[in-house]
Amino acid sequence: MEISKTEYKRCDLIKVSGRVDSNTAPEVEKAFNQVIESGKSGIVFDMEDVEFLSSRGIWVLLEAQKLCRRENGKLVLVNVNDNMHQTLDLAGVKHFVEIHDDITEAVGSF
Amino acid sequence: MFKTRLMPTRKFPGRFESLVPISNFVAQAAEQAGFDDRGIYAVRLAVDEACSNIIEHGYGGEDRGSIKCTYEVLADGIKITLQDQGIAFDPAAIPDPDFNVALEDLAPRGAGLFLIRQIMDEIQFAFDSQRGNTLVMVKYLSS
Repeated sequence: MEISKTEYKRCDLIKVSGRVDSNTAPEVEKAFNQVIESGKSGIVFDMEDVEFLSSRGIWVLLEAQKLCRRENGKLVLVNVNDNMHQTLDLAGVKHFVEIHDDITEAVGSF
Repeated sequence: MFKTRLMPTRKFPGRFESLVPISNFVAQAAEQAGFDDRGIYAVRLAVDEACSNIIEHGYGGEDRGSIKCTYEVLADGIKITLQDQGIAFDPAAIPDPDFNVALEDLAPRGAGLFLIRQIMDEIQFAFDSQRGNTLVMVKYLSS
């Protein structure tokens, strides 16, 4: 799994390639926490290359959302593929997170 | 003349690194059974959730036991059996998580089992002191 970060004025874009499961979710959690600890409360999670997302990964997203919102910010998703939509729908958690169609729109939402 | 049912079985170390080979093992089985990409992904997800629970809750951590995975391609779906030697698991003791609460009040417990219940059409749990936990999951092509 690979993680990259692109910094914007009001948010950071975190892109993950690979699986987000019980093995790898802690690294994603660390990446989200580092954004928040840096003083930013906005995260755009680019899921274009996320191959797999388990409940462990969903909880990492939701925990990051909690932290962002405490600082009056938010975490949003972008480039959510069919399998990711399926996972989020099955878990019933879409109402906790905005989903955007492209990065420009996602970054612009801050 | 006896007809032998083909039930490939593999044993995996009980660690999170095993999630990928386990996922690939059941994904190729789901493909054999005739599931489309969406169905194959759903099977991967349910099995991943079950195995993660075995490692985390059944064994209480990594490298404390193994997971035996067996599959059977059915005429109308797939049956997957997971066996472990962890502590006895009682699914009735785990309620579904409540997602209709405020974000701050969300609690993660039960999310994995909830997803398994959403995905699989039949689920059976059993425990005995010799075989340990046996989880049988069936998903039908028509679901």
